[in-house]
Amino acid sequence: MHPVLSIRDLRKAYGDKIAVDRVSFEVSRGEIVGLLGPNGAGKTTTISMILGVLQPDSGLIQLEGMDLATCRAQALERTNFAAVYAPLPGNLTVRQNLRVFGMLYGVKGLSERIKALIRQFDLEKFRNVKCGVLSSGEQTKVALAKAMLNQPHLLLLDEPTASLDPVAAREIRARIREFAVSGDGGVLWTTHNMVEVQDVCDRVLFLSHGRIMLEGNPKTLPDEHGLPTLEELFIAVAREPLTQE
Amino acid sequence: MNSTRTYFRPVIAVMLRYFYLLRGTPARWIPVFAWVAIDIVLWGFITKYLNSVAAPRLNFVPTLLGAVLLFDFFTRVMHGLAGVFLEDVWSRSFLNLFASPITIPQYLLGLVATSTVMSLISLAVMLVLATAVFGLSFFVYGLALAPFLLILFLFGVSLGICTSAMVLRLGPPAEWLVWPVPAIISPFAGVFYPISILPHWMQFVGKLLPVSYVFEGLRTIISGGSVPAASLILGGGLAVAYVFLACWFFKRVFRHAVRTGILARYSAESLS
Repeated sequence: MHPVLSIRDLRKAYGDKIAVDRVSFEVSRGEIVGLLGPNGAGKTTTISMILGVLQPDSGLIQLEGMDLATCRAQALERTNFAAVYAPLPGNLTVRQNLRVFGMLYGVKGLSERIKALIRQFDLEKFRNVKCGVLSSGEQTKVALAKAMLNQPHLLLLDEPTASLDPVAAREIRARIREFAVSGDGGVLWTTHNMVEVQDVCDRVLFLSHGRIMLEGNPKTLPDEHGLPTLEELFIAVAREPLTQE
Repeated sequence: MNSTRTYFRPVIAVMLRYFYLLRGTPARWIPVFAWVAIDIVLWGFITKYLNSVAAPRLNFVPTLLGAVLLFDFFTRVMHGLAGVFLEDVWSRSFLNLFASPITIPQYLLGLVATSTVMSLISLAVMLVLATAVFGLSFFVYGLALAPFLLILFLFGVSLGICTSAMVLRLGPPAEWLVWPVPAIISPFAGVFYPISILPHWMQFVGKLLPVSYVFEGLRTIISGGSVPAASLILGGGLAVAYVFLACWFFKRVFRHAVRTGILARYSAESLS
């Protein structure tokens, strides 16, 4: 059986600046993989390429064995995402947004699915409110509800809990954990919250200067490198200068 | 049947999004009703005045008011299509939209279908107003008008897609390239006069515009001639060719936007 996401030798440069440099990794079913790294490390560029909105210079992206470059629509049907920098149109209500995106993703039994998600993400009182007037935390919940619409096999989350209060963030983490454990899906998650990473992720990839510098279990990695916490390890990797091979 | 329904679901989603916006914001109805109505009222009175001072046999209503009505229809198709596209620019929807399984042909079909509905409403408003208030008798030409409207529609679609591609390529501020396009075209298209009175270089440009065949043809049938089939076929052929060219152009610009990162960083207005 194919992994939900398989990436091989992915590379992207903007002019002279190499944003992602020969990155390879996989995400398996039921697995939550944390993509960590300092600002500008190449995390968002990697996610944009997986979403098909940015073309890699070279390399291969496969979603459940389907090549994204040649089977774009079929591959994207099984994917969804939520990111702080991609809010849903603020001039549509929560329900309208979920209906439009549900149709774009070809969701069957859409009305029931929307009702279930509105209930699940505690959005009942906002269902007819325009997304643009919601607080950032509420907008994040709507974005997550949209990301779950098509019950994706690959869920991409770019700092999904960044604007949530601790209680809401814990609830969201629990839901995403539940999504990974109960379904066929895998999750690729970027965040700067190391506590969250240790709580949720099965595996982490440290990205710096566009390369994967480190990979492993977030609970055991700090010990393996003689550091007390994952945050210390993050700082050490982020400060490491890029060495020539 | 099932696969047809599946194919058209994203197309309907693009339409539905716009109809939600229309329902939520009455101001979006202004271009559909108000501007076209103002144009018809203004030109209706101008033609009435001209009829009162000109020789008794001359009737400016079909030539001037009819031309304004048809040109406004073309403008509504073009602006309508680009306007639906610009809603995605204004609401910064590109990432969410193009990370979904929608294909470019489906997206363009959605823009065209939405613009078709809106421009038909505008056309109905103009026809009712021009007929009821100013006595424009377009209905006497019946189905003979269909090819004229079709050419205007197709050319409006091609320019709407083309200008949307330009906004995608050049960034949000390029929206100002969209609005003046019909005004730029109008002197070459011979909306109110035969293009034979234009300088040679302008005539050459005019002959490349499908709409110029429409207005030449309109004047011919109003003056009692028969429908100029050959020139309408030429105009129709040009319009169809421009639609294909515009779709090709949009697809090419979209690929460039995906390759260079313009799409992923659209609101940053980077033009790499």
